[in-house]
Amino acid sequence: MNTQSRARNWLYVPLIVMAIFYLVPLYVMIVTGFKSFAEISLQTMWNLPASGIHFDNFSEAAQKLAPYFWNSTRMVLPAAILSSILGSLNGYVLSKWKFPGSNIIFPLLLFGMFIPYQSILIPLVEFMRKVGLYGTIGGLILTHVIYGIPITTLTFRNYYANVPTELVEAASIDGAGLLKTYWHVILPISIPSFVVVLIWQFTAAWNDFLFAVVLTDSQHWPVTVALNNMAGSQIIAWNVQMAGSFLAAAPTLLVYLFLGRYFLRGMMAGALKG
Amino acid sequence: MRTTKDKILSIALVSPSILAVLIFVYGFIAWSIRVSLSRWKGLLPNYAWAGLKNYIELFHDPRFQVDVRNTAIFTVLFVGISLILGLFLAIMLDQGLKGEAFFRTVYLFPMAISYIVTGVVWRWLMNPAQGSRLSGFNLLFDKVGLDFLINKWHTTPQWGIAFIAIPAIWQMSGYVMALYLGGLRAIPESLREAARVDGATEVDIYRHVVLPLMRPITLSAMIILGHISLKVFDLIIAVAGKQVALDVPAVYMWQTTFDGYFFNRGAAIGILLLLSVAVLVIPYLWYSLRGEAEL
Repeated sequence: MNTQSRARNWLYVPLIVMAIFYLVPLYVMIVTGFKSFAEISLQTMWNLPASGIHFDNFSEAAQKLAPYFWNSTRMVLPAAILSSILGSLNGYVLSKWKFPGSNIIFPLLLFGMFIPYQSILIPLVEFMRKVGLYGTIGGLILTHVIYGIPITTLTFRNYYANVPTELVEAASIDGAGLLKTYWHVILPISIPSFVVVLIWQFTAAWNDFLFAVVLTDSQHWPVTVALNNMAGSQIIAWNVQMAGSFLAAAPTLLVYLFLGRYFLRGMMAGALKG
Repeated sequence: MRTTKDKILSIALVSPSILAVLIFVYGFIAWSIRVSLSRWKGLLPNYAWAGLKNYIELFHDPRFQVDVRNTAIFTVLFVGISLILGLFLAIMLDQGLKGEAFFRTVYLFPMAISYIVTGVVWRWLMNPAQGSRLSGFNLLFDKVGLDFLINKWHTTPQWGIAFIAIPAIWQMSGYVMALYLGGLRAIPESLREAARVDGATEVDIYRHVVLPLMRPITLSAMIILGHISLKVFDLIIAVAGKQVALDVPAVYMWQTTFDGYFFNRGAAIGILLLLSVAVLVIPYLWYSLRGEAEL
């Protein structure tokens, strides 16, 4: 028993080595962020801050990125909320109110989740130009809501599939119609699923780059596009870029740390049967 | 009872979404196909018929040939190593060690971060500068006496794209780990117990009982990582900018369309990407949903 448990301790070696691999980029981001301007040199990038903790880099990065953070925020919140509501309604109907053809509709919806967006990008831009949403936050919100429909519908449908149909039938025997049943029976038990979908859509929209870079003008850039431009510039020091990266990652990282359980469930939904 | 009113209502509730997807996915794909068969160069749309000319030109285009090669190398490394690493980590974490939750959280957190952020940081970690300007991992290797590991990372001639797989693996292997871990947890203990009773060692159990049960998960993970790999875009832009040596179809499409105004060629690349993803995903969807109907 004793030798066995000592042997088991060896299992920690690869686990810890891999943990270091995953944490290294985070370490460098944070350590660099807390150094003073005087201390910044590529030669000492692995060292801890030597002269105490400074906020120079973070404050400079925050100042430069502030407007884009605001753009991201006012884009992500409505996008996540709207696509969750649509997903919930679709999932409800597609699992409990199947209509002729709904079994064909569902895979057609799902395929939309996998397409490379390069295959719809040109028409999307043309469309946004025609309806006057090109360059705006509104256009980006609409894009995220529509291309979010497949994954949100899938998550809710799978969740509702496990809700006993008797529950819905009992409500309808009591005279509740489709909407009343949704409101009184389905919606109250949907909270966990809403959390999963909201987190997932929040993360996806916050981290998106392709739609943002193609659809928004420089005034309406979300933080990913702004950060990428900052990183490409020769004028902004690398340490400020690192601090900016950390700030841009912070909202989704916090969500992951505090609501990781739900985040994981959203991920699993993406794997269909996973 | 289900009233006619409710039946109509149910269709009315989903039809906006269905209509939106029909237009924005299928309608736009059809529109893209039409653009890919046109002579549209420049800012103003031009739908003059060009047949398959744009596709034929792409196959003879040296840049597109580089893209295909790069995507192939990237996909093999990214998918292969992520699968092996993910499975390894899942098996390790399935041993019931203390601190499992901590390790799981650490392995998975990169999933929550955008490829742009990842790219900015890895760009500095994989800084190729040599000599006195050594930094990033090269500097670390130098300090700990692993000088032989010092290399030019993504600026390595011919094989630079292979190094882009490192941040991609960093980002997605935790996801594979989570998929496998879910699968391992679903294996009933009685199955392992039965094998033990038959005299199987722990290694035998993994080889003959556990791993065969992981095949559907391997398939899922391959499809999901594979389609991400074909679409890779943000990470390349963030690590490398627009260097031709590290070019992939998604980057070429973006540049040729929105910087060069070759809408016809951009659309053709987009459609080729779609076809490559469809070959992977359609059989997978069919397989998954058919399995679901049986349940």
